Amino acid sequence: MELLGYIFDYVVFPGFLFTAIVGLLTTWVDRKVSARVQWRVGPPWYQPFVDTVKLMGKETIIPAGAARTGFLAMPVIGLAAATLASTILWKVNLNPGSSFLGDSIVVLYIMTIPAITLIIGGSASGNPLGILGASREMKMLFAYELPLVIVVLTSVYKAGSFSFAEILAYQEANGIMLGSFSGVIAFIVAIMCAQAKCALLPFDIPEAETELAGGSHIEYSGTPYAVVRLIMASMYFIVPVFIITLFWGGFNFSGWSILTSILKYVAIIVIMVLIRNTNPRVRIDQMVRFFWGPMLVLSIIAMILAVVGY
Amino acid sequence: MVKKIPIGPFHPILEEPEFFELHVDGERVVDIDITIGWSHRGIELLSEHKTWDQVPFLVERVCGICSASHPYAYVKAVEDLLQIEVPERAQYIRVIVAELERLHSHLLWTGLAGHFLGYNTVFMWAWKYREPLLDILEAVTGNRNHYATWRIGGVRRDLPEEEIPNIREMLDELEKKNDLLTKAIIDDPVIHARTKGVGVLNQTKCREYGALGPTARAGNYNIDARRDHPIDAYRNVEFDVIVCENGDVYDKAVVRQLENFEAIRIIRQCLDAIEAMDGGDILLEIEEVPPGEGLGVYEAPRGEVFHYVRSDGKNMPMRHKIRAPSFNNILTNEYTVPGYSVADAGLITAAVDPCYSCTERVGVVNARSGERKVLNEEDLIRMSREKTERIRRELGIR
Repeated sequence: MELLGYIFDYVVFPGFLFTAIVGLLTTWVDRKVSARVQWRVGPPWYQPFVDTVKLMGKETIIPAGAARTGFLAMPVIGLAAATLASTILWKVNLNPGSSFLGDSIVVLYIMTIPAITLIIGGSASGNPLGILGASREMKMLFAYELPLVIVVLTSVYKAGSFSFAEILAYQEANGIMLGSFSGVIAFIVAIMCAQAKCALLPFDIPEAETELAGGSHIEYSGTPYAVVRLIMASMYFIVPVFIITLFWGGFNFSGWSILTSILKYVAIIVIMVLIRNTNPRVRIDQMVRFFWGPMLVLSIIAMILAVVGY
Repeated sequence: MVKKIPIGPFHPILEEPEFFELHVDGERVVDIDITIGWSHRGIELLSEHKTWDQVPFLVERVCGICSASHPYAYVKAVEDLLQIEVPERAQYIRVIVAELERLHSHLLWTGLAGHFLGYNTVFMWAWKYREPLLDILEAVTGNRNHYATWRIGGVRRDLPEEEIPNIREMLDELEKKNDLLTKAIIDDPVIHARTKGVGVLNQTKCREYGALGPTARAGNYNIDARRDHPIDAYRNVEFDVIVCENGDVYDKAVVRQLENFEAIRIIRQCLDAIEAMDGGDILLEIEEVPPGEGLGVYEAPRGEVFHYVRSDGKNMPMRHKIRAPSFNNILTNEYTVPGYSVADAGLITAAVDPCYSCTERVGVVNARSGERKVLNEEDLIRMSREKTERIRRELGIR
């Protein structure tokens, strides 16, 4: 019975189905808000779902030069990892008792897997643009992971524990992390890292449609491409949830807190969409400099502030 | 290790088919191969089989966004042959339409540049601002594009008096919006980071490559056919030629934005002149074109466009040669792209505001040994397959 419960958690709620649906809805919010900012009308709410279904019905083309297994396996592994990260995060938010020691490290680790699968998938495609996109994705990963890990550590340091449950309990007792100086700085850095992690402008460098025509997923088509899109949509959902859990008191689904929980999520999405729509794409060297320069310094400042108690 | 990255023949950054092959070392471009000739349409030959009055409609279609400049240069070439001066009212109408086109072309480029930077908000906004311009062009000429307004000896349609207040109103609006866009470009730190010091084409190189238009003016090469070879009403209007110092992508954008203000200024002066006039002819009737030759030069939005016609006294041009500015400007990429990253390459190639279709002239056969050899279909297929194999090997694909 316990096993069945886990399978349900993973496949239906809060795992695959839930993540995919909310993730796709989030991409709709993104598209709609972007459209309004750009004086366009934007798609109806079901557009991302229709797109996914349509993609699944399309022919899957595997390029002659591709490493077949790696090329096809990567999207699946990426989606599995994204789903797992989402499941752990939501289980903790819904029921802090299901937390385990070090789950923040596990989620942080699992969240890098979709990027790694895109790197391998892009390289396996054999397309020069795909390989270039993969190499860019790799550089991005090196650039944003360091500041992200440090700001996650500020929360961990304050709560005195690596487990989400402890971090949430600490915020319940002492007010949210965002209420302190270190928390605000860490939050800003985390939003920037989220922008890079979701490959949104100004950091959509590995995809860069006008430079690489899609980059690492240029050769994907049909169902594998639908899966790639699902990974992106899921990440769009998971990363904000991760940030809210760490810095903004997590989610609470009792009474009026439902509303504030949803508002928190929408607020972060709107911030990300606005950043995306008011910035042109930067170059990869500028991006690395940005994360290893100002963002790293900020994250270290946040860490020091957390240690001295602000 | 040097790898080859293709941009084109079909690529999101290219509005038209074109092929740039980047030789890259990591992210840095070390060399570039430029191959043109993907949309050859034989316009010059077609033109030699059409009557003098049909040719303007044809050359309008050389380029969708220079559809005023090409017929302008053509009719000036024929008028040069005929040694005539067109009626004053027609001159002003010509300048108005040509400058409206410059406005919409520059706004279109600003939008596209935003798109290439991944800045789709600028893309959508610039194109929205461009929309009223097309409406005005429709009101003045009857068409949003391909205005069909030029005729040898004048223009086809008079400017409706009742449209003048509308045009003025639209220009006031546009001036504000252009100001906003210009400030957005000049102030945005990320645009600075992406475009300043990128794709520099200095004055010496501009001269060597024969760069034209905004591409040259951004590099402090002070040329403008409207001032240097004034035609029609350009002799009577005042305007400044915008010149920048550095020749990078940023300066190319700034030159275009500031030229918009000059275009608005020119149109206002023309409207004043037309209002001061009390009617007047817009067309000289031309009976026939005598033998002779003529040159027409006009500053298109992308640079100087050049038309040459020769007549043998018949009802068609005997020879019609077109030189579009992009032909010169695209070649500057050979100098500007290497040394920068792949991310910059697309932007630099786009910064000359390339209009590939208008540069396509004729396929050149390079007979190195001078030996002629007839290739049959089988040979061609075999060669094509061999080339595919070779490319595959070069790319490291089985």
